[in-house]
Amino acid sequence: MTAIDPMTQKIRRILKDHGRLSKDADSLGAESDLYEAGMTSHASVNVMLALEGEFNIEFPDHMLKRSVFDSIASIGAAVGELQGG
Amino acid sequence: MTSNSPEFGAHLAALKALAAQVAAPNAADVDAKSRFPRETIDALQKAKLLSAPVPKEFGGPGYGMRELAALCSTLAQACGSSGMVLAMHYIQVACIARHAQSSEFFRGYLRELVEHQYVLASMTSENGTFGETRTSICAVERKDGRFKLDKDATTGSYCQHADGILVTCRRASDAPSSDQVLVLVRKGEYQLTQTTSWDTLGMRGTCSPGFKLESTGAEEQIIPGSFADSSAQTMVPYSHILWASLWWGIAADAVARAAEFVRGGARKNPGVVPPTANRLAEVSTQLQAMRHNWLALAAEFDSFLLAPTGLQDLLSIGWALKMNNLKINASDSAPQIVHKALQITGILGYKNDSKFSLGRHYRDTLSASLMISNDRIASKSASMLLVFKDN
Repeated sequence: MTAIDPMTQKIRRILKDHGRLSKDADSLGAESDLYEAGMTSHASVNVMLALEGEFNIEFPDHMLKRSVFDSIASIGAAVGELQGG
Repeated sequence: MTSNSPEFGAHLAALKALAAQVAAPNAADVDAKSRFPRETIDALQKAKLLSAPVPKEFGGPGYGMRELAALCSTLAQACGSSGMVLAMHYIQVACIARHAQSSEFFRGYLRELVEHQYVLASMTSENGTFGETRTSICAVERKDGRFKLDKDATTGSYCQHADGILVTCRRASDAPSSDQVLVLVRKGEYQLTQTTSWDTLGMRGTCSPGFKLESTGAEEQIIPGSFADSSAQTMVPYSHILWASLWWGIAADAVARAAEFVRGGARKNPGVVPPTANRLAEVSTQLQAMRHNWLALAAEFDSFLLAPTGLQDLLSIGWALKMNNLKINASDSAPQIVHKALQITGILGYKNDSKFSLGRHYRDTLSASLMISNDRIASKSASMLLVFKDN
Protein backbone atom coordinates (compact mmCIF):
# COMPACT_ATOMS: atom_id res chain seq x y z
CA MET A 1 0.00 0.00 0.00
CA THR A 2 1.48 3.36 -0.98
CA ALA A 3 0.85 6.92 0.11
CA ILE A 4 -1.08 7.76 -3.05
CA ASP A 5 -3.64 5.01 -2.46
CA PRO A 6 -6.92 6.93 -1.82
CA MET A 7 -8.01 4.53 0.94
CA THR A 8 -4.76 5.04 2.82
CA GLN A 9 -5.12 8.80 2.41
CA LYS A 10 -8.60 8.66 3.93
CA ILE A 11 -7.33 6.50 6.81
CA ARG A 12 -4.51 8.97 7.48
CA ARG A 13 -6.98 11.87 7.51
CA ILE A 14 -9.24 10.02 9.96
CA LEU A 15 -6.26 9.28 12.20
CA LYS A 16 -5.29 12.94 12.02
CA ASP A 17 -8.80 14.04 12.99
CA HIS A 18 -9.60 11.41 15.61
CA GLY A 19 -6.52 9.39 16.57
CA ARG A 20 -5.10 12.00 18.96
CA LEU A 21 -1.62 10.90 17.90
CA SER A 22 1.44 12.57 19.28
CA LYS A 23 2.97 12.54 15.77
CA ASP A 24 1.72 13.72 12.39
CA ALA A 25 -0.26 10.84 10.80
CA ASP A 26 1.45 11.56 7.47
CA SER A 27 4.84 10.87 8.99
CA LEU A 28 3.88 7.36 10.15
CA GLY A 29 4.87 4.27 8.22
CA ALA A 30 2.14 1.84 7.13
CA GLU A 31 3.28 -0.62 9.79
CA SER A 32 3.98 1.90 12.59
CA ASP A 33 2.25 1.06 15.88
CA LEU A 34 -0.51 3.60 16.35
CA TYR A 35 -0.85 2.88 20.06
CA GLU A 36 2.84 3.55 20.57
CA ALA A 37 2.26 6.77 18.61
CA GLY A 38 -0.14 7.87 21.35
CA MET A 39 -3.55 6.56 20.27
CA THR A 40 -5.58 5.67 23.37
CA SER A 41 -8.30 3.03 23.39
CA HIS A 42 -10.82 5.86 23.74
CA ALA A 43 -9.45 7.58 20.65
CA SER A 44 -9.46 4.26 18.78
CA VAL A 45 -13.25 4.05 19.21
CA ASN A 46 -13.61 7.43 17.49
CA VAL A 47 -11.33 6.20 14.71
CA MET A 48 -13.54 3.11 14.32
CA LEU A 49 -16.68 5.26 14.15
CA ALA A 50 -15.14 7.61 11.59
CA LEU A 51 -13.97 4.64 9.47
CA GLU A 52 -17.45 3.09 9.58
CA GLY A 53 -18.93 6.41 8.47
CA GLU A 54 -16.33 7.17 5.80
CA PHE A 55 -16.33 3.76 4.13
CA ASN A 56 -19.98 2.90 4.85
CA ILE A 57 -19.03 -0.34 6.60
CA GLU A 58 -19.70 -1.97 9.96
CA PHE A 59 -16.86 -3.68 11.78
CA PRO A 60 -18.16 -7.00 13.15
CA ASP A 61 -17.38 -7.53 16.86
CA HIS A 62 -14.60 -10.04 16.19
CA MET A 63 -12.70 -7.28 14.39
CA LEU A 64 -13.03 -4.85 17.30
CA LYS A 65 -9.67 -5.62 18.80
CA ARG A 66 -6.36 -3.96 19.15
CA SER A 67 -4.50 -5.89 16.44
CA VAL A 68 -6.97 -4.74 13.76
CA PHE A 69 -6.43 -1.07 14.54
CA ASP A 70 -2.76 -0.98 15.49
CA SER A 71 -1.38 0.25 12.15
CA ILE A 72 -2.47 1.98 8.96
CA ALA A 73 -1.78 -1.25 7.06
CA SER A 74 -3.93 -3.41 9.32
CA ILE A 75 -6.78 -0.89 9.23
CA GLY A 76 -6.51 -0.82 5.43
CA ALA A 77 -6.63 -4.64 5.29
CA ALA A 78 -9.73 -4.72 7.52
CA VAL A 79 -11.54 -2.04 5.55
CA GLY A 80 -10.60 -3.78 2.30
CA GLU A 81 -11.93 -7.09 3.60
CA LEU A 82 -15.27 -5.54 4.58
CA GLN A 83 -15.58 -3.80 1.23
CA GLY A 84 -15.11 -7.20 -0.37
CA GLY A 85 -11.92 -6.08 -2.03
CA MET B 1 -5.43 -27.49 36.59
CA THR B 2 -8.99 -27.62 37.79
CA SER B 3 -10.56 -26.47 41.02
CA ASN B 4 -11.02 -30.13 41.97
CA SER B 5 -7.33 -31.07 42.03
CA PRO B 6 -6.01 -32.46 45.32
CA GLU B 7 -3.21 -29.85 45.30
CA PHE B 8 -5.72 -27.02 45.12
CA GLY B 9 -7.93 -28.71 47.69
CA ALA B 10 -5.01 -28.70 50.13
CA HIS B 11 -4.20 -25.04 49.41
CA LEU B 12 -7.83 -24.00 49.84
CA ALA B 13 -8.06 -25.92 53.10
CA ALA B 14 -4.90 -24.18 54.35
CA LEU B 15 -6.36 -20.83 53.39
CA LYS B 16 -9.66 -21.58 55.13
CA ALA B 17 -7.77 -22.53 58.28
CA LEU B 18 -5.66 -19.36 58.35
CA ALA B 19 -8.72 -17.25 57.51
CA ALA B 20 -10.54 -18.65 60.52
CA GLN B 21 -7.60 -18.76 62.94
CA VAL B 22 -5.63 -15.65 61.95
CA ALA B 23 -7.48 -13.28 59.61
CA ALA B 24 -10.93 -13.30 61.25
CA PRO B 25 -9.75 -12.78 64.86
CA ASN B 26 -7.57 -9.84 63.76
CA ALA B 27 -9.99 -8.23 61.30
CA ALA B 28 -11.53 -5.79 63.80
CA ASP B 29 -8.11 -4.68 65.06
CA VAL B 30 -6.74 -4.23 61.52
CA ASP B 31 -9.83 -2.12 60.76
CA ALA B 32 -9.77 -0.11 63.99
CA LYS B 33 -6.06 0.73 63.80
CA SER B 34 -5.89 0.99 60.00
CA ARG B 35 -2.90 -1.32 60.14
CA PHE B 36 -1.45 -3.83 57.67
CA PRO B 37 -2.71 -7.40 58.34
CA ARG B 38 0.85 -8.58 58.94
CA GLU B 39 -0.03 -11.81 60.74
CA THR B 40 -2.36 -12.88 57.92
CA ILE B 41 0.26 -12.18 55.27
CA ASP B 42 2.84 -14.10 57.36
CA ALA B 43 0.44 -17.04 57.48
CA LEU B 44 -0.12 -16.84 53.70
CA GLN B 45 3.65 -16.91 53.21
CA LYS B 46 4.05 -19.94 55.47
CA ALA B 47 1.33 -21.76 53.53
CA LYS B 48 3.14 -20.84 50.26
CA LEU B 49 -0.03 -19.18 49.04
CA LEU B 50 1.65 -16.03 47.70
CA SER B 51 3.04 -17.96 44.72
CA ALA B 52 -0.34 -19.38 43.68
CA PRO B 53 -0.29 -17.74 40.20
CA VAL B 54 3.32 -18.77 39.44
CA PRO B 55 3.46 -21.41 36.66
CA LYS B 56 4.62 -24.93 37.52
CA GLU B 57 7.83 -24.61 35.53
CA PHE B 58 8.99 -21.97 38.01
CA GLY B 59 7.96 -23.95 41.06
CA GLY B 60 4.47 -22.56 41.69
CA PRO B 61 1.15 -24.37 41.34
CA GLY B 62 0.12 -22.31 38.28
CA TYR B 63 -3.42 -21.64 39.41
CA GLY B 64 -5.86 -20.09 36.96
CA MET B 65 -8.44 -17.40 37.57
CA ARG B 66 -11.04 -19.71 39.12
CA GLU B 67 -8.64 -20.96 41.78
CA LEU B 68 -7.29 -17.49 42.56
CA ALA B 69 -10.83 -16.09 42.83
CA ALA B 70 -11.78 -18.92 45.19
CA LEU B 71 -8.78 -18.08 47.40
CA CYS B 72 -9.44 -14.31 47.45
CA SER B 73 -13.17 -14.68 48.10
CA THR B 74 -12.54 -17.11 50.94
CA LEU B 75 -10.04 -14.84 52.68
CA ALA B 76 -12.30 -11.79 52.23
CA GLN B 77 -15.05 -13.55 54.20
CA ALA B 78 -12.73 -13.28 57.20
CA CYS B 79 -11.08 -9.89 56.51
CA GLY B 80 -11.86 -7.67 53.53
CA SER B 81 -8.55 -5.80 53.66
CA SER B 82 -6.58 -9.06 53.69
CA GLY B 83 -8.61 -10.33 50.74
CA MET B 84 -7.85 -7.11 48.84
CA VAL B 85 -4.12 -7.29 49.61
CA LEU B 86 -4.01 -10.91 48.41
CA ALA B 87 -5.91 -10.02 45.21
CA MET B 88 -3.65 -7.05 44.44
CA HIS B 89 -0.58 -9.16 45.07
CA TYR B 90 -1.88 -11.89 42.72
CA ILE B 91 -2.54 -9.27 40.01
CA GLN B 92 1.11 -8.17 40.13
CA VAL B 93 2.45 -11.74 40.16
CA ALA B 94 0.23 -12.56 37.18
CA CYS B 95 1.57 -9.55 35.24
CA ILE B 96 5.10 -10.93 35.65
CA ALA B 97 4.16 -14.58 35.08
CA ARG B 98 2.20 -13.78 31.92
CA HIS B 99 4.25 -11.01 30.32
CA ALA B 100 7.85 -11.33 31.43
CA GLN B 101 8.67 -14.97 30.73
CA SER B 102 10.82 -14.00 27.76
CA SER B 103 13.24 -12.39 30.24
CA GLU B 104 15.86 -14.48 31.98
CA PHE B 105 15.83 -12.07 34.91
CA PHE B 106 12.08 -12.46 35.46
CA ARG B 107 12.19 -16.25 35.06
CA GLY B 108 14.69 -16.23 37.91
CA TYR B 109 12.61 -13.72 39.85
CA LEU B 110 9.54 -15.98 39.69
CA ARG B 111 11.57 -18.85 41.17
CA GLU B 112 12.82 -16.50 43.89
CA LEU B 113 9.29 -15.35 44.58
CA VAL B 114 8.22 -18.96 45.14
CA GLU B 115 11.11 -19.54 47.50
CA HIS B 116 10.88 -16.31 49.52
CA GLN B 117 7.13 -15.69 49.12
CA TYR B 118 7.68 -12.04 48.20
CA VAL B 119 4.81 -9.59 48.66
CA LEU B 120 4.27 -7.47 45.52
CA ALA B 121 2.47 -4.13 45.48
CA SER B 122 1.71 -1.76 42.64
CA MET B 123 1.87 1.93 41.84
CA THR B 124 -0.39 2.77 38.92
CA SER B 125 -1.93 6.06 40.07
CA GLU B 126 -0.13 9.36 39.64
CA ASN B 127 -0.68 12.97 40.55
CA GLY B 128 -1.85 14.71 37.39
CA THR B 129 -3.31 11.76 35.46
CA PHE B 130 -6.65 12.06 37.30
CA GLY B 131 -7.15 8.35 37.91
CA GLU B 132 -6.46 7.28 34.32
CA THR B 133 -4.09 4.34 34.76
CA ARG B 134 -3.40 4.09 31.05
CA THR B 135 -1.47 7.33 30.97
CA SER B 136 1.71 8.26 32.83
CA ILE B 137 3.63 11.44 33.40
CA CYS B 138 6.74 9.91 34.95
CA ALA B 139 9.21 8.11 32.69
CA VAL B 140 11.87 5.46 33.21
CA GLU B 141 15.32 6.77 32.33
CA ARG B 142 17.83 4.18 31.12
CA LYS B 143 21.58 4.54 31.17
CA ASP B 144 24.42 1.99 31.04
CA GLY B 145 22.20 -0.98 31.86
CA ARG B 146 20.58 0.78 34.83
CA PHE B 147 17.39 2.76 35.23
CA LYS B 148 16.13 5.60 37.36
CA LEU B 149 12.44 6.06 38.05
CA ASP B 150 10.68 8.62 40.24
CA LYS B 151 6.91 8.76 40.64
CA ASP B 152 4.44 10.88 42.59
CA ALA B 153 1.67 8.33 43.26
CA THR B 154 -1.74 9.29 44.68
CA THR B 155 -2.21 5.85 46.27
CA GLY B 156 0.22 3.06 46.98
CA SER B 157 -1.54 0.13 48.60
CA TYR B 158 0.68 -1.64 51.18
CA CYS B 159 3.77 -0.29 49.39
CA GLN B 160 5.49 0.16 52.74
CA HIS B 161 5.02 -3.53 53.50
CA ALA B 162 6.04 -4.99 50.14
CA ASP B 163 9.19 -6.66 48.84
CA GLY B 164 8.73 -5.14 45.39
CA ILE B 165 6.46 -2.73 43.56
CA LEU B 166 5.31 -2.81 39.93
CA VAL B 167 5.28 0.79 38.72
CA THR B 168 3.68 2.12 35.54
CA CYS B 169 5.57 4.85 33.68
CA ARG B 170 6.33 6.12 30.20
CA ARG B 171 8.77 3.99 28.19
CA ALA B 172 11.24 6.90 27.88
CA SER B 173 11.32 10.61 28.59
CA ASP B 174 10.31 11.37 24.98
CA ALA B 175 7.48 8.78 24.81
CA PRO B 176 3.80 9.85 24.67
CA SER B 177 1.78 9.55 27.88
CA SER B 178 0.00 6.37 26.70
CA ASP B 179 3.20 4.51 25.71
CA GLN B 180 3.79 2.84 29.07
CA VAL B 181 5.88 0.04 30.53
CA LEU B 182 5.81 -1.78 33.87
CA VAL B 183 8.94 -1.65 36.00
CA LEU B 184 9.69 -3.85 39.01
CA VAL B 185 11.40 -1.87 41.76
CA ARG B 186 12.89 -3.92 44.56
CA LYS B 187 13.12 -3.40 48.29
CA GLY B 188 16.43 -1.78 49.14
CA GLU B 189 16.53 0.04 45.79
CA TYR B 190 13.70 2.49 46.41
CA GLN B 191 12.72 5.16 48.86
CA LEU B 192 9.13 6.02 49.71
CA THR B 193 8.09 9.37 51.11
CA GLN B 194 4.52 9.32 52.33
CA THR B 195 2.61 12.33 50.98
CA THR B 196 -0.98 11.77 52.18
CA SER B 197 -2.79 9.85 54.92
CA TRP B 198 -4.93 6.71 54.80
CA ASP B 199 -7.67 7.35 57.35
CA THR B 200 -10.63 6.02 55.37
CA LEU B 201 -14.11 4.63 55.85
CA GLY B 202 -13.09 1.13 54.87
CA MET B 203 -10.40 -1.12 53.42
CA ARG B 204 -8.30 0.40 56.16
CA GLY B 205 -5.84 -2.50 56.35
CA THR B 206 -4.71 -2.00 52.75
CA CYS B 207 -2.68 1.02 53.97
CA SER B 208 -2.92 3.02 50.73
CA PRO B 209 -1.68 6.60 51.23
CA GLY B 210 0.10 8.59 48.52
CA PHE B 211 3.85 8.20 48.12
CA LYS B 212 6.72 9.78 46.30
CA LEU B 213 8.87 6.99 44.94
CA GLU B 214 12.54 7.32 44.10
CA SER B 215 14.07 4.18 42.66
CA THR B 216 16.90 2.71 40.67
CA GLY B 217 17.63 -0.77 39.40
CA ALA B 218 18.95 -2.92 36.61
CA GLU B 219 17.42 -2.30 33.19
CA GLU B 220 16.31 -5.94 33.04
CA GLN B 221 13.70 -5.11 35.73
CA ILE B 222 11.65 -3.34 33.05
CA ILE B 223 8.99 -5.82 31.92
CA PRO B 224 9.37 -6.52 28.19
CA GLY B 225 6.66 -5.32 25.83
CA SER B 226 4.04 -2.71 26.45
CA PHE B 227 1.81 -2.04 29.46
CA ALA B 228 -1.05 -1.59 26.95
CA ASP B 229 -0.98 -5.38 26.44
CA SER B 230 -0.30 -6.43 30.03
CA SER B 231 -3.04 -4.07 31.16
CA ALA B 232 -5.71 -5.41 28.80
CA GLN B 233 -4.62 -9.06 28.93
CA THR B 234 -3.83 -9.32 32.62
CA MET B 235 -4.12 -6.34 34.95
CA VAL B 236 -7.70 -5.43 34.00
CA PRO B 237 -9.20 -8.95 33.92
CA TYR B 238 -7.33 -10.08 37.06
CA SER B 239 -8.37 -6.89 38.88
CA HIS B 240 -12.03 -6.98 37.98
CA ILE B 241 -12.55 -10.71 38.48
CA LEU B 242 -10.53 -10.99 41.71
CA TRP B 243 -11.97 -7.78 43.15
CA ALA B 244 -15.51 -8.96 42.34
CA SER B 245 -14.75 -12.26 44.04
CA LEU B 246 -13.48 -10.61 47.23
CA TRP B 247 -16.30 -8.05 47.36
CA TRP B 248 -18.63 -11.03 47.08
CA GLY B 249 -16.72 -12.65 49.96
CA ILE B 250 -17.38 -9.63 52.19
CA ALA B 251 -21.06 -9.57 51.19
CA ALA B 252 -21.30 -13.34 51.73
CA ASP B 253 -20.02 -13.01 55.29
CA ALA B 254 -22.57 -10.25 55.94
CA VAL B 255 -25.34 -12.53 54.69
CA ALA B 256 -23.94 -15.42 56.76
CA ARG B 257 -24.20 -13.24 59.88
CA ALA B 258 -27.76 -12.26 58.96
CA ALA B 259 -28.64 -15.92 58.34
CA GLU B 260 -27.28 -16.89 61.75
CA PHE B 261 -29.40 -14.14 63.27
CA VAL B 262 -32.52 -15.46 61.49
CA ARG B 263 -31.84 -19.05 62.57
CA GLY B 264 -31.46 -17.89 66.15
CA GLY B 265 -34.87 -16.24 65.96
CA ALA B 266 -36.42 -19.33 64.37
CA ARG B 267 -35.10 -21.60 67.12
CA LYS B 268 -36.86 -19.51 69.75
CA ASN B 269 -40.21 -20.09 68.12
CA PRO B 270 -40.29 -23.30 66.03
CA GLY B 271 -43.22 -23.53 63.66
CA VAL B 272 -43.23 -19.82 62.88
CA VAL B 273 -41.08 -18.52 60.02
CA PRO B 274 -39.59 -15.26 61.30
CA PRO B 275 -40.39 -12.21 59.13
CA THR B 276 -36.66 -11.60 58.71
CA ALA B 277 -36.44 -14.94 56.86
CA ASN B 278 -38.23 -13.38 53.90
CA ARG B 279 -35.61 -10.65 53.74
CA LEU B 280 -32.93 -13.34 53.91
CA ALA B 281 -34.54 -15.18 50.98
CA GLU B 282 -34.53 -11.95 48.99
CA VAL B 283 -30.90 -11.04 49.67
CA SER B 284 -29.72 -14.58 48.94
CA THR B 285 -30.91 -14.20 45.32
CA GLN B 286 -28.73 -11.13 44.86
CA LEU B 287 -25.77 -12.81 46.53
CA GLN B 288 -26.08 -15.81 44.21
CA ALA B 289 -26.33 -13.63 41.09
CA MET B 290 -23.24 -11.72 42.15
CA ARG B 291 -21.28 -14.94 42.72
CA HIS B 292 -22.23 -16.51 39.42
CA ASN B 293 -21.19 -13.41 37.51
CA TRP B 294 -17.54 -13.61 38.60
CA LEU B 295 -17.51 -17.42 38.54
CA ALA B 296 -18.65 -17.45 34.90
CA LEU B 297 -16.16 -14.80 33.80
CA ALA B 298 -13.31 -16.52 35.67
CA ALA B 299 -14.15 -19.72 33.79
CA GLU B 300 -14.36 -17.83 30.49
CA PHE B 301 -10.98 -16.22 31.17
CA ASP B 302 -9.41 -19.62 31.91
CA SER B 303 -10.92 -21.07 28.73
CA PHE B 304 -9.35 -18.27 26.65
CA LEU B 305 -5.94 -19.52 27.64
CA LEU B 306 -6.67 -22.88 26.04
CA ALA B 307 -7.62 -21.28 22.70
CA PRO B 308 -4.93 -20.32 20.17
CA THR B 309 -6.50 -16.86 19.73
CA GLY B 310 -6.97 -16.42 23.47
CA LEU B 311 -4.58 -13.56 24.08
CA GLN B 312 -6.05 -11.67 21.12
CA ASP B 313 -9.60 -12.28 22.37
CA LEU B 314 -8.67 -10.55 25.63
CA LEU B 315 -7.91 -7.42 23.58
CA SER B 316 -11.41 -7.29 22.08
CA ILE B 317 -14.02 -4.68 22.86
CA GLY B 318 -16.51 -7.43 23.68
CA TRP B 319 -14.32 -8.73 26.51
CA ALA B 320 -13.53 -5.22 27.76
CA LEU B 321 -17.27 -4.54 28.03
CA LYS B 322 -17.77 -7.76 30.00
CA MET B 323 -15.05 -6.73 32.45
CA ASN B 324 -16.55 -3.25 32.84
CA ASN B 325 -20.01 -4.69 33.41
CA LEU B 326 -18.69 -7.14 36.01
CA LYS B 327 -16.89 -4.37 37.89
CA ILE B 328 -19.89 -2.05 37.93
CA ASN B 329 -22.34 -4.80 38.83
CA ALA B 330 -20.21 -6.31 41.60
CA SER B 331 -19.27 -2.99 43.17
CA ASP B 332 -22.89 -1.79 43.16
CA SER B 333 -24.22 -5.11 44.49
CA ALA B 334 -21.81 -5.63 47.39
CA PRO B 335 -22.88 -2.64 49.57
CA GLN B 336 -26.53 -3.22 48.62
CA ILE B 337 -26.30 -6.79 49.89
CA VAL B 338 -24.63 -5.68 53.13
CA HIS B 339 -27.33 -3.03 53.54
CA LYS B 340 -30.03 -5.69 53.19
CA ALA B 341 -28.22 -7.94 55.67
CA LEU B 342 -28.21 -5.01 58.10
CA GLN B 343 -31.99 -4.67 57.81
CA ILE B 344 -32.19 -8.30 58.99
CA THR B 345 -29.83 -8.08 61.95
CA GLY B 346 -31.16 -4.67 62.99
CA ILE B 347 -29.46 -2.96 65.90
CA LEU B 348 -27.20 -5.97 66.62
CA GLY B 349 -25.62 -5.55 63.20
CA TYR B 350 -25.35 -1.81 63.73
CA LYS B 351 -23.35 -2.32 66.94
CA ASN B 352 -19.61 -2.56 66.50
CA ASP B 353 -19.10 -5.04 69.32
CA SER B 354 -21.68 -7.72 68.53
CA LYS B 355 -21.09 -10.98 66.70
CA PHE B 356 -23.60 -9.78 64.10
CA SER B 357 -21.71 -6.50 63.56
CA LEU B 358 -21.76 -5.36 59.92
CA GLY B 359 -20.08 -1.95 60.09
CA ARG B 360 -16.73 -3.10 58.70
CA HIS B 361 -18.42 -5.03 55.89
CA TYR B 362 -20.50 -2.01 54.96
CA ARG B 363 -17.57 0.40 55.01
CA ASP B 364 -15.25 -1.99 53.14
CA THR B 365 -17.73 -2.57 50.31
CA LEU B 366 -18.34 1.18 49.89
CA SER B 367 -14.82 1.39 48.43
CA ALA B 368 -15.78 -0.88 45.53
CA SER B 369 -17.49 1.68 43.30
CA LEU B 370 -14.72 4.20 43.95
CA MET B 371 -11.54 2.22 43.30
CA ILE B 372 -11.47 2.97 39.58
CA SER B 373 -14.60 5.08 39.62
CA ASN B 374 -17.70 3.44 38.23
CA ASP B 375 -18.53 6.69 36.42
CA ARG B 376 -15.24 6.52 34.54
CA ILE B 377 -15.81 2.87 33.62
CA ALA B 378 -19.40 3.51 32.54
CA SER B 379 -18.32 6.34 30.23
CA LYS B 380 -15.76 4.03 28.61
CA SER B 381 -18.46 1.39 28.12
CA ALA B 382 -20.78 4.02 26.64
CA SER B 383 -18.09 4.90 24.13
CA MET B 384 -17.38 1.24 23.23
CA LEU B 385 -21.09 0.54 22.75
CA LEU B 386 -21.05 3.02 19.87
CA VAL B 387 -19.16 0.45 17.79
CA PHE B 388 -19.96 -2.87 19.53
CA LYS B 389 -22.88 -4.72 17.90
CA ASP B 390 -23.13 -7.78 20.21
CA ASN B 391 -23.49 -10.01 17.14
